[in-house]
Amino acid sequence: MRLLGTQLVCVRGGRQVFAGLDFDVGAGEALVVTGRNGAGKSSLLRMIAGFVRTAGGLLELRHGDPELTLPEQAHYLGHQDALKPSLSVAENLDFWARYLGAEAPGRDGLEAVGLGAVAALPAAYLSAGQRRRLSIARLVAVQRPLWLLDEPTSALDRAAQETLAGLMRAHLAGGGLIVAAAHGPIGLADTKELRLEEAP
Amino acid sequence: MTALAALFVRDVRLAIRVGGGGGIGVLFFLIVVTLMPFAIGPDLALLGRIGPAILWLGALLASLLTLDRLLAMDQEDGSLDLMLTGRSPLELAVAAKALAHWLTTGLPLVIAAPLLGLFLNLDLGSSGAVALTLLAGTPALTFIGLIGAALSVTLRRGGLLLAVLVMPLTVPVLIFGVAASNAALVGPLPFGTPFTILCALTLISIVVGTFAAATALRHGME
Amino acid sequence: MPIIDLANPTRFLRFAERALPWLAGLTLLAFAAGLNLTLGAPDDYQQGATVKIMFIHVPSAWLGMGIWALMTIAALGTLVWRHPLADVAAKAAAPVGAAFTLLCLVTGSLWGRPMWGAYWVWDARLTSVLVLFLMYLGVMALWRTVDDPARAGRAAAILTLVGAINLPIIKFSVDWWNTLHQPASVLRLAGPSIHPSILIPLLAMTLAFVLLFLALHLAAMRNEILRRRVRSLMMMQAQTAPGSGS
Repeated sequence: MRLLGTQLVCVRGGRQVFAGLDFDVGAGEALVVTGRNGAGKSSLLRMIAGFVRTAGGLLELRHGDPELTLPEQAHYLGHQDALKPSLSVAENLDFWARYLGAEAPGRDGLEAVGLGAVAALPAAYLSAGQRRRLSIARLVAVQRPLWLLDEPTSALDRAAQETLAGLMRAHLAGGGLIVAAAHGPIGLADTKELRLEEAP
Repeated sequence: MTALAALFVRDVRLAIRVGGGGGIGVLFFLIVVTLMPFAIGPDLALLGRIGPAILWLGALLASLLTLDRLLAMDQEDGSLDLMLTGRSPLELAVAAKALAHWLTTGLPLVIAAPLLGLFLNLDLGSSGAVALTLLAGTPALTFIGLIGAALSVTLRRGGLLLAVLVMPLTVPVLIFGVAASNAALVGPLPFGTPFTILCALTLISIVVGTFAAATALRHGME
Repeated sequence: MPIIDLANPTRFLRFAERALPWLAGLTLLAFAAGLNLTLGAPDDYQQGATVKIMFIHVPSAWLGMGIWALMTIAALGTLVWRHPLADVAAKAAAPVGAAFTLLCLVTGSLWGRPMWGAYWVWDARLTSVLVLFLMYLGVMALWRTVDDPARAGRAAAILTLVGAINLPIIKFSVDWWNTLHQPASVLRLAGPSIHPSILIPLLAMTLAFVLLFLALHLAAMRNEILRRRVRSLMMMQAQTAPGSGS
């Protein structure tokens, strides 16, 4: 499986964010998108996830499931946690697991991020770090080949960062793809880097 | 189908839990209907004659004004983004959300209508007729309002803008809803004629509302 | 036990546990006595036995208004004296007050049905009570909308105080509105002078209703304190779980 971006152009609010962008991520590879604030890291991830339309260029996932679109094979982990405070931790995860496609949601996701003990509590009582962990549990609960992570380590303590790194390594080892936007290291040993410069 | 069922169940749960505001619509309906006689005067004969119109206007306002947050909340916490990566079509997803909203807001209005009919001096038969027309007509209001909810999400403006955008679209539903109720009350039209048209309007609104809302969301995402 | 000790929720819980059975028993006795006296009261020469609805209607109307007064004092307790139990008392009182007000409305409409020929006419008194009922529902909706009891408590306290100031104005306006539209045709529900054969059962029933309210209110306050404890326990559980630090 390969994610290919060729000559991508992104225009938001009338301003050209980037143009002529090429990248290539193979199975088991992680691409870290870096660049200063406003360089378009988040826009690129949102473009791959299908939330922002491309103003030019081509995005394709080769050898993926031919019946599914690119966004339908991707997990998007953004700045917002997409949690409902009045639902319990388990209900939140169950909903996303069912909605995003798993037939029978299990408790593995919660256990994997260390939230098994608070499964029955309303999500309103979680701290920012716990909310982030709960979002990450979604990636485990539903199998999708491409992970799009927008600054995944923000709000996470060291232990949680290591947990996430472990999950990412397992995902890559299983032939998955990761595209992450980050300012610093994300805890993976060898990654490709894509540096976004300001458009001329 | 499980994905849509999960979405439906989630929205129903959110509406009935603390902070969900599921009962607010009925409360609003009750207050609007109570306020009318203060403006019109406690003339029972007059109230009985315009009772169906008051109930319909109250239900219309209650249905539309509660729709404001339906999609906006999902947009603010990022849920709407994730829904786009789901495998069920966005049209069906917004339809499931609208259905859950109707069940928690529209259906209580229908149930409350006969009770409020007592305040307006409607007898049991007429109250039942109004409730029946509301049962057939409120889904149309919800699905028309869904278009406004989607537009106000993409424009990032809520509240009254939604009402302004959507209320002109609800005119036919209001006309035939009140016409059917009045036909049951005083005639001379048979009840079936306006009621059938009302049902047709609801079916059309479900289709048009669903597609228009999904299109608005797709094009408005940034 | 000095009353100030009850400010402590733990002591209050202990007090509630001890007092509730007694209150419940007293309520039952008072209702038995009150209903007995009511059955002995004479029928009205015009309305017949329907007049007996009054023995439920009037006490519930008084309680409906009295409970709002109690909530007003509790609101002052929340805002001015910052008493720890004040907003618990206010929150617990609202649904009970709404229930008594609804009882007053329902009995009023049943009582009026034979005279009016309709279940509801926009009679001035009944309409004022209806507005009171709507305000109770508003306060309850406010409590349900906000999860944090401290924030909801302050907001509800302000709404309650505003309501207390506005209720007389509403009552006056509704009277004026009604007489404007229906001069002198309004049926009066209770005569100006009450014969002792009616007054004594009425007072007995009022006592029973007040006891019922006290029992319900105490139980509701206990439940609310327990509910808040569960809430803080859950928050503590979330804080001690792994990954709570951010």
